Amino acid sequence: MKFLKNILDKLEPTFSEGGKLSKLHSVFDGFSTFLFVPNHTAKSGAHIHDAIDSKRTMITVVLALVPALLFGMWNVGYQHFLAIGQEVGFWEQFAFGLLAVLPTLVVSYVVGLGIEFIIAQIKGHEIQEGFLVTGFLIPLIVPVDTPLWMIAVATAFAVIFAKEVFGGTGYNIFNVALITRAFLFFAYPTAMSGDQVWVRTRDAFWWGAGEPINAFSGATPLGQLATSAEPVAAFHNIMGDPIGFWDGFLGLIPGSVGETSTLAILLGAVLLIVTNVASWKTMLSVFLGGAVMGFVFNTWGPDSAVAHLPWYNHLVLGGFAFGAVFMATDPVTSARTETGKWIYGFLIGVMAIIIRVLNPGYPEGMMLAILLMNIFGCLIDYFVVQSNIKKRLKRTTIK
Amino acid sequence: MKMNEELKNTLLGPLSKNNPIAVQVLGICSALAVTVELKPALVMGISVTIIVALANVVISLIRNTIPNSVRIIVQLVVVAALVTIVSEFLKAFAFDVSVQLSVYIGLIITNCILMGRLEAFAMSNKPGAAFLDGLGNGFGYAMILVIVAFVRELFGSGSLLGFQIIPHSWYEAGYVNNGLMMMPSMAMILLACFIWVHRSLDKDLQEKG
Repeated sequence: MKFLKNILDKLEPTFSEGGKLSKLHSVFDGFSTFLFVPNHTAKSGAHIHDAIDSKRTMITVVLALVPALLFGMWNVGYQHFLAIGQEVGFWEQFAFGLLAVLPTLVVSYVVGLGIEFIIAQIKGHEIQEGFLVTGFLIPLIVPVDTPLWMIAVATAFAVIFAKEVFGGTGYNIFNVALITRAFLFFAYPTAMSGDQVWVRTRDAFWWGAGEPINAFSGATPLGQLATSAEPVAAFHNIMGDPIGFWDGFLGLIPGSVGETSTLAILLGAVLLIVTNVASWKTMLSVFLGGAVMGFVFNTWGPDSAVAHLPWYNHLVLGGFAFGAVFMATDPVTSARTETGKWIYGFLIGVMAIIIRVLNPGYPEGMMLAILLMNIFGCLIDYFVVQSNIKKRLKRTTIK
Repeated sequence: MKMNEELKNTLLGPLSKNNPIAVQVLGICSALAVTVELKPALVMGISVTIIVALANVVISLIRNTIPNSVRIIVQLVVVAALVTIVSEFLKAFAFDVSVQLSVYIGLIITNCILMGRLEAFAMSNKPGAAFLDGLGNGFGYAMILVIVAFVRELFGSGSLLGFQIIPHSWYEAGYVNNGLMMMPSMAMILLACFIWVHRSLDKDLQEKG
């Protein structure tokens, strides 16, 4: 660490005002504060400082995402070798997944950070750290086979139109990673849905090539339910074997890279709650909303396979858990008042299940539910604050 | 000389500084609806130009005889007559396009640009100037439609005016048309981009402070 600090100290005059590279000083600033706690704070007077700033908050979220990413990588390899009918060890499965997912991660970061760097230079302000999390989320919420150029286009679109035009990090109305996914979903539907994209059947960097076996079907459980003709469908894995609640909970199912394992997501959730970075109220209320709505459809719903899916299964399939833990709790786009968080989260859960059950065009409703509620986040806050003002006005004795 | 300068402004102003879509933000609905492909957008642009120019002339000619209390009805009757003529003409000579444009030709009646020009210009100016004003605004409208439709057809269908532009080898290499371009929401974003570029190039359009 000392070594890094020395390099930074030596470089600083070059980038500060009057230096040779002063135009790039925000780049330098970004890197140095990424590595060390910034020292531009008030030097005199009594100030209480919290060690947490937005960079450290973001890093905590990234750490919380690591279990989901690692499991997702392994699962990509597991599903791949299952599909081509080869028996290989744990590390081969993981290595294959790593090779398959890593390019997505690199593209997402290079494109997103590139745009952030350019905009920071144009506007002459510091590089904003918001993309650290967004860039990590994007590979986790897309199918493993999404072409890299599509991810590049969608990331650029989302960073520019969902974030920078609103004023940058902290001012966006919609969750940027979800806008990336929504762009992909509506612009390139064939690459984002169906039964061909969730399991990689081709090779990754010329390795692990093979032909899918005859029984192979790459549809996700929710995709199977949406197209099922029977009133009570049993979903199955890519080999045609039946699967149940625990497969969904552990994540041994096809799906977007990071969303399959509810267990890995809950590990991240624990870290987020312990460090107080994300609100447990939002998470819990999303699950509550989903459970209640799932139960309502179980009892009174239409006669379709997805409506008959037991409510607890809804919570472990598709992006429900991932959305609840990492997307709904986004501090910028969610409701900020404590009561507001309960309402906001509950409605996300309810909407997600309603979209899943009532619209066969969208087997997964989590993305649209969160984006929809993003719009209402501020409105919910407004009414919570207003009702508090009214309540307290009633208590006043002075008229 | 001064007169000429004014007439020139009447004709050319709506192309940029006073553009009906990009600056006054009128006629957005049809701009989103008919710009999926270039051909209907062109036809729509031409139709609106003809209708707004002729309506301006007619209203300007009779402007002194219209009672103020019923002027909107009179304007509507004139516009409706012109729209019907254009609509019948298209059905007779360009049936495919008229099917593609469906209700939007009829809905030119409700296009805010028309009522705006009739109320703001034709009611208080001579026929000659009113004609130029109608042409200018029609062209301003058509220009935006063509720009938006150009981008949407090129990236949404890979073609222009129905001719394939993006080569087949690209599709074989993995290129896919952008489905979002076919949706009105993308037209809205493209319009916003145009307004963004337009305003950043033209200092007069930016608010002070």
